[in-house]
Amino acid sequence: MKIEISNLHFTYPTGVNALQGISLTIESGEQVAIVGQNGSGKTTLVKHLNGLLRPTSGMVQVGGWNTKDHSVAKLARRVGYVFQNPDEQLFSKNVGTEVAFGPRNMGLNGDQVQSLVKDALMMTELSDKTETNPYDLSATWRKMVALASVISMDTDIVVFDEPTTGQDAMNIARIANVIKTLRGRGKTVITITHDIDFCAENFTRVIALSQGKILLDGKANDVLGQDEILAVTYVEPPQLTRLGKRLGFRNIVRTQDEFLKELRRLV
Amino acid sequence: MAIVNLQNVTYKYPLTSSPALRDVSLQIDEGEFVALVGANGAGKSTLCYTLAGFVPHFFKGELTGTVEVAGIETHASMLNEWVMNVGLAFQNPFNQISGAKYTVFEEVAFGLENIGVPRDEMISRVEAAMKLTDISDLAERSPYSLSGGQQQRVALTSILVMQPKILVLDEPTSQMDPIGTREVFGVIRKMAEQGMTVILVEHKVEWIAQFADRVIALKDGQVLLEGIPGEVLTAPILEESGFGISRYTSVARKAQELSLWKKDKLPVTLDEAVEGFDSLLPQGEGTGMRAK
Repeated sequence: MKIEISNLHFTYPTGVNALQGISLTIESGEQVAIVGQNGSGKTTLVKHLNGLLRPTSGMVQVGGWNTKDHSVAKLARRVGYVFQNPDEQLFSKNVGTEVAFGPRNMGLNGDQVQSLVKDALMMTELSDKTETNPYDLSATWRKMVALASVISMDTDIVVFDEPTTGQDAMNIARIANVIKTLRGRGKTVITITHDIDFCAENFTRVIALSQGKILLDGKANDVLGQDEILAVTYVEPPQLTRLGKRLGFRNIVRTQDEFLKELRRLV
Repeated sequence: MAIVNLQNVTYKYPLTSSPALRDVSLQIDEGEFVALVGANGAGKSTLCYTLAGFVPHFFKGELTGTVEVAGIETHASMLNEWVMNVGLAFQNPFNQISGAKYTVFEEVAFGLENIGVPRDEMISRVEAAMKLTDISDLAERSPYSLSGGQQQRVALTSILVMQPKILVLDEPTSQMDPIGTREVFGVIRKMAEQGMTVILVEHKVEWIAQFADRVIALKDGQVLLEGIPGEVLTAPILEESGFGISRYTSVARKAQELSLWKKDKLPVTLDEAVEGFDSLLPQGEGTGMRAK
C-alpha cells in the first residue's frame, strides 16, 4: 500500500509551523526510519498517516485514499500507530483483551480475532501473559503489549514512534525481531527513532527531518554517512559508520558485517 | 571517605513476592562518579530510591541490612532529613514534577521554598540553576506543556538548585536527542568536578566510559560486577545479563575471533576502537584521507 505525501504543510493552533512542505513517496513494503532532533516534525508527520492530524495544506494519500476524506477509524485499518509511551494507549484489564480490542473493533468475527491475537502475542513473546493486567507488567513488557495491540489489527502499514526509548538490549532485540517479521510479511514499517544504531541495523531507507523540512532522504548508507548535513538536525552517524570513517574506509559502513568485510579487505 | 555505605541490603516492595534488591553491599566515596548499569528489572531504580531514602520511607515495604548515606542511617531517620543531602532526578520526569506549580520557574523553586530559603537567595539560586541547564527561556512555561527532553532538564534543575552533596540521576537523558544528551552530560561533569558525588543510571555506554570513575553492574537485584569502566563495560557476563554494550566492543570481539583485533583489551569508546584497528591497517593504504 503506497503512501504519497505532496507539499504537506501543517500549522498547530498555537501558530507553530511544524511541517513546511514535505513531499515523499513510500512504496509498499518499504522499511523507513525517520530521524531528526526534538521538535523537527517527526511525530507531526506520522500522525498525518492515520488522520490524527489533517494537512493545513497539501495532500496525504494512503493507498489512494486522501486522508482528508476518511475517518481515523477507517484509516486505522490501513495504518497502525504505536505510541511512544505505552501508558497512553493501554486501558484493558488484561493483555488478551487489550490485544483483541483493535481487531474486534474492526468488526471481525470471533475466530478471526482469536487468530490475529494469537499471532500478535506470539510475535511479541507475550503468549504466557494473556491473563495479566498490562499495568502489572514491567515497562519493558508494557511496550510489547502496545506493539501487539497494533500488530493484531494486521494493517498494511505499521508506524512505531520511538520504540526503543527506555528499553534494554534484550527488548530492543525483541522489537527488532518484530520489525523483521513484519518485513517478511511485506508490511510497510515506518519508525521514528533517536537510536541511530538501531536505525542503522534495521532500516534500509532513512529520512532526516529538520525544522519541518526534509533534510535528507535515501538509502540508509547514503544518508547515515553524511555527518556534516546530519549535524544540522543534531543526528550523529551510527557508531560503526563513525569508526569506518575515522579508519579511512572508502565505503560507508553501517552494520557489523559491513564493517568486518571492509576491514578484511584492507588488512 | 565513604559517603554511601550499604551493608547486606535486601528490599521487597509491598505486595511483591521476590526482593528487588538482594544482599547488596557497596561503598561510594565522597566525590566519586559512579555509574549503575544493568538490564531492565536489575534493580537500578530501586537502588536509586534507596540511596535517596524513598525506599523504604516513601515506598514502604521491607528493608533489611543497613543503609547509611552522608551520615544518616535509614532506620533511624525520616525522609525529610534526606533531602538536604541527596537529590534524585527520577527516570520519568512526569512523576517528579510537583503538579502544584504553574511555571517552570516556580517548579524549580519548589524545593527551596519547602526548606525555607530566603526569597532573594531563592530567586538567585533558581536563576543560576536554570542558566546552568540552559532552560532560562522556559521560565514562564507550564511544566506540563514541555517535551519529554525539556521536562527532564526541568527535573534535573529542580534537584541541582538544592545543591545536594550527592546527586542521584536515573537515566537523565533518556528522552533527549544527542545534542541535549551532550549538554546535560556537560552539566553533570561540571557538578562532579566541583566535588559533588554523582551516581548515575545510564544506558549510553560511551558517556559512562568517558566520565565514570567506577561502574557497578546489577543483575536480578544483586551486584554482578564492579570496577573501572573499561573492564566492567567489556565483560562478557555484562552482555549476557541483557545490558547493551557498545558497538565498538561487540565489533572488536567479533574481530578478535577473526584475528583482526590484536590488543588484550576491548574498546568501549570510538577513540579506543580507532587506535586498536588503526594499528592493523597498512600505513598509507586506501584513500590516505583518514579523518582526524
